[in-house]
Amino acid sequence: MSEARHADGGATSTEHTAVTTRRESPLRHRAFSPQRIAAICANTLTELTRMKVFYFLLLFGLILIGGSVFLARFSFQQEFQILKDISLGSMSIFSSLLAIVTTARLIPQDIEDRTVYSILAKPVPRFEYLIGRLGGVLVLLAVSLVAMSAAFLAVLYMREQAVLHETARQMSAAPGDQLNQALQAIRESAFNLNLFSGIAIIYVKACLLAALTLFVSTFATTSLFTVVVMAFIYFIGHLQGTAREYWLHQHGADWGARLFLAFVALVFPDLQAFNFVDEVVVGTAIPLMLFLKTVGLGAFYVVLYTALAAVVFSGKEL
Amino acid sequence: MKRFLATILIVIASGVARLPVEHQLSSVRRQLGFADVRFDLDLREQLGQLGFIAAFSGFRAIVADMLFIQAHVAWEQTEWGRVLLLFRQTTTLQPHALLFWEMAAWHMGWNASSAAFNDQSQPRQALRIKAQREYFALARDFLSRGIQNNPDRPQLYESLARLYKEKYHDHPRAAEFFGKAAALPGAPGYDKRFAAYELSYCEGREREAYQTLKRLYDMSEQEWLPTLITRLKAMEEKLDIPREQRIPDKDR
Repeated sequence: MSEARHADGGATSTEHTAVTTRRESPLRHRAFSPQRIAAICANTLTELTRMKVFYFLLLFGLILIGGSVFLARFSFQQEFQILKDISLGSMSIFSSLLAIVTTARLIPQDIEDRTVYSILAKPVPRFEYLIGRLGGVLVLLAVSLVAMSAAFLAVLYMREQAVLHETARQMSAAPGDQLNQALQAIRESAFNLNLFSGIAIIYVKACLLAALTLFVSTFATTSLFTVVVMAFIYFIGHLQGTAREYWLHQHGADWGARLFLAFVALVFPDLQAFNFVDEVVVGTAIPLMLFLKTVGLGAFYVVLYTALAAVVFSGKEL
Repeated sequence: MKRFLATILIVIASGVARLPVEHQLSSVRRQLGFADVRFDLDLREQLGQLGFIAAFSGFRAIVADMLFIQAHVAWEQTEWGRVLLLFRQTTTLQPHALLFWEMAAWHMGWNASSAAFNDQSQPRQALRIKAQREYFALARDFLSRGIQNNPDRPQLYESLARLYKEKYHDHPRAAEFFGKAAALPGAPGYDKRFAAYELSYCEGREREAYQTLKRLYDMSEQEWLPTLITRLKAMEEKLDIPREQRIPDKDR
């Protein structure tokens, strides 16, 4: 606090108090402080939860997940598959949108409201400010994904129980092993542990997008520009894998095309690598090693883009 | 400017560093059969621009579901050409969803074929039968491609066996595919019985059918189902099995 007053360039008497306090207390300014980051993170989370866009997106996600049960009433396999497709797809869409929209407005809004000046006037390094801001977004994404997952699992459980009871009633006269086989088929169609891997990867992808948006917003002038750039990156990112494979394996292409493909492959993130949902819904098992490597790749991207954001933001004239 | 160049260099250097990892992950995904979808101009024409972009942006499953629901509506309105087109798109987008292959084959092999056979607007029966067979062939094509994409799942082998049995009345092929289904992990217990039943209708393979049925009969009392007993007795009669080697009559 005393240091803050000192940094603000207060009166001479305040400076004197600050110097006295520094002499009396062994507390020193640290280059990296998790407490400062936590404070900014908590503040960001509070700000974001007050935003209408958060409730709007979350509500849309929850309505879509809850409503998916009424979209199609076919056989139980069809119903469960469509329910899972729509729910996991909604989670993916809304978490990606939330990551981009909320992060895109953080820095421009802070500059517009002049909040950034009052924070950085204190002995808070710029990278801590960025990490705290990003941390707030990541917590918000986790909260919204937990809410959407809870709604999804509740709907799936309710439908599973309804189908189980209906099947047990219809097959009450059938031999025990046939009934058990039918009930087992229903349970296998509804839940499998891979659903959680799919949800975890959706979160990792949203974190990556948030970090990338933060990086873009450090050199963008408006939040609209950031959102538009991110929309392009989102689509290109899903094509990056195709460009990379073509660049690495098609040696017949002319050098101009190869240069372009190399640029796409090296600059943009491979977002398709984080798309497990399409496979999870059809019951394909996700090997643990693949899951861990994908999470690791996501963590690498988050660290990289945060570091780049810090580099650009540290040189930004405010 | 220096900072800008440094940022560009870091982005490219990190790209070079992550390239082998991403390439390896992509190879693993391909080995596991993930993202077997070929995004080409054919698919672009089939899906339309928006659907193509959505499918490309990680929402393949949702696009496939929407097309499946459209196919369901087209079926309710008996627009068979549209049903076929929509199921082709659906199965292309989600080649590992057995449900889509099975439903596509069922609509073609059972519903569309019956509609074609009973089509009152076509007075010539020969042409109605021809149209019906074309739909059988479409059903077989869906199931064959489904099996190519999911060779280790028993459900589609079973569906193909049913198609051969009920529509083509081709018992040797039905027996073959019930047998293939039974050999796979997770196959229902009745597949091996159905393979044996179908074998018992194959001319010239009565001995093989008898041995298979007898083996099932000897396996456990749970296998002593009415059809199994009936087919086993029929084989005993046909092969003129000595009385003392036949199964007891009370089991009939």
